[in-house]
Amino acid sequence: MLAGDTAMRWATGWFKSRNRTIYTLLIVGALLFPSVADVTTGGEGNHLIGTAADAGVFVLLAIGLNVVVGFAGLLDLGYAAFFAIGAYTYGMFASGQLLASPLHHEFHIPFWVLLLVGMFVAASFGIILGAPTLRLRGDYLAIVTLGFGEIVPRMVQYLGAGSPIGNWTGGVNGIAAIDPPKLPFFLTGPWVGAPIELIKNFDFTNQVAYPMDFYLLMLILIALCVVLATNLYNSRIGRAWMAVREDEVAAAASGINTVAIKLTAFAIGASFAGFAGSYYGAKLSLVSSDNFEFIVSVTILIMVVLGGMGNIPGVIVGALMIYLVQFFVLTNLPDWAQAVASTVGLSGLNQSHGDWVGLRDEVQRLNYLIFGLILVVTMVLRPQGLFPSRIREQELEKGTEEQAVFDLREDQS
Amino acid sequence: MTAASDGVILRLDRVTKRFGGLTAVDSVSFDINRGEIFALIGPNGAGKTTLFNTVTGMYKPTSGTITFDGREITGLKPYRVASLGIGRTFQQIRLFSYMSALDNVKVGEHHTMRAKLWDSLFTTPKARREEREVNARAMDLLKFVDIQHQAHNYARNLPYGHQRRLEIARALATNPQLLLLDEPAAGANPQEKRQLMELVEKVRGRGITILLIEHDMKVVMGISERILVLDYGQKIAEGKPQEVRTDPRVIEAYLGKSA
Repeated sequence: MLAGDTAMRWATGWFKSRNRTIYTLLIVGALLFPSVADVTTGGEGNHLIGTAADAGVFVLLAIGLNVVVGFAGLLDLGYAAFFAIGAYTYGMFASGQLLASPLHHEFHIPFWVLLLVGMFVAASFGIILGAPTLRLRGDYLAIVTLGFGEIVPRMVQYLGAGSPIGNWTGGVNGIAAIDPPKLPFFLTGPWVGAPIELIKNFDFTNQVAYPMDFYLLMLILIALCVVLATNLYNSRIGRAWMAVREDEVAAAASGINTVAIKLTAFAIGASFAGFAGSYYGAKLSLVSSDNFEFIVSVTILIMVVLGGMGNIPGVIVGALMIYLVQFFVLTNLPDWAQAVASTVGLSGLNQSHGDWVGLRDEVQRLNYLIFGLILVVTMVLRPQGLFPSRIREQELEKGTEEQAVFDLREDQS
Repeated sequence: MTAASDGVILRLDRVTKRFGGLTAVDSVSFDINRGEIFALIGPNGAGKTTLFNTVTGMYKPTSGTITFDGREITGLKPYRVASLGIGRTFQQIRLFSYMSALDNVKVGEHHTMRAKLWDSLFTTPKARREEREVNARAMDLLKFVDIQHQAHNYARNLPYGHQRRLEIARALATNPQLLLLDEPAAGANPQEKRQLMELVEKVRGRGITILLIEHDMKVVMGISERILVLDYGQKIAEGKPQEVRTDPRVIEAYLGKSA
């Protein structure tokens, strides 16, 4: 009884924090998802699991952009550029691509190494872009990042076959046949005994038939990024980011080197994108400049804003929601609409008459209008995002007797 | 430059700040001695805040030099000036609204903290220890300005007088030798004004030199050792409160304005 009581008290304490509740649900959901997907589709869950592993890329990106936009308050409209840099870093150094380049040598550097390299390369580009531009404020910075987001895909297209300095990126064709990750040798060598023999199956070779390896890798990467981002948020650096976001002049007068601290946010945000990019290249085994257009930057930004700027579990939920809407709801909506029309006896709508091409195709055509509507409605109902950051929620709850009755910001935003 | 040894903590030498055709601060020179409360007064628009902004690096002076603690700081960036030991508050309160009072103070400690990016990323024992120390120091400062019960509330939810105190606590957290207070009692009622002036005295008791801007002459008379009067960007008087009060130019500047 006593143990049950303690557990109960512990549980009520734990779930008092909204963020902890979300994390718990997310972890449980992530662990159960593969089985549920498999059971509900009658053993055909592989496709869903693979899609979830793709969605994880956007979760990583949203966590990274949240550092820049949510923590430090810098509007970055070209975030996909850093994603591209990570993906191409992996693509170039883990495929036959550079054989065609002036180096005449192909590289096959292991995934695990390139994951880190991609991170550092993206962070370096973040610093290169940030150093001259972070003196700019708000709107100006947004325009500069917008430009950068446009430049990177164009550069990648340009540096293909026939460019004056050789074929580095495969140009508009992108880079194909990129190496999958390989388990590190210490897990696969002949010395590995029966207990972890199982791990050898996680060989990343056949993701159509066996997507669990990528799924698990993704969960590990997300967990890692969540821990690191949370640590940063609670550190002196996180505090300085928030101070700069709240009032740059006062932050400088309090001894914070505002340019350096913004640069840190930019570089760290970029490194998350580089991280995600390496994984993305390995998962798709194909990178192409089409995957890093402006719309990708905007989508990530939507995930952050809609999820709840500044709150890590919030942006994770936001990323999953938007991904779900884009790649599941919107793609299936035409069929659903057709089915609904037939069941309620409006099957006449499904036929085409003159300009009306039939309900299914009409819905198909209006796909992004519906997406836009979903966004508008969500933001009208929850202007602060689904799960907004309540800064230092725990701390603030202690002093309730002095707290204002209402929060003006929620009314204003 | 022997300013450090002769007890002068801040020296302004013919500091001028022009904005286009407007001369906001016109060749102003003065010394502030270590440990004193020095007041800067003058009618609205006299250039007091501009002078503050010039000292703290927000503006670059058009000409002239500023020496702090024996070292020239003319044109240094604000965060450098702050980390060298000049803290400040603002006439219009500038707190970090959506951060707790405690976090506001901890921001002031930022430049004294040694945890590197690596420590922050992995919350190393070193970072954790430092965070605890900073937390304790910040709590002490909140106690010092008498608002420790507000530690966990958003800065924006604090009553006005507490916000003023919080700004002072944040400035103290930067570990200043010289504290610049820009109208700390502005908008306060007479009782709050008195309490804030008591706090200023208490800050000086910690060995911190104070440069105080005040619009209201009566408030500073009792507390400051020396007063400098600015009008239209120019120094029109400097000296002990008694001397300044009876200076005909000062009377003219004030009465001429209010008439």
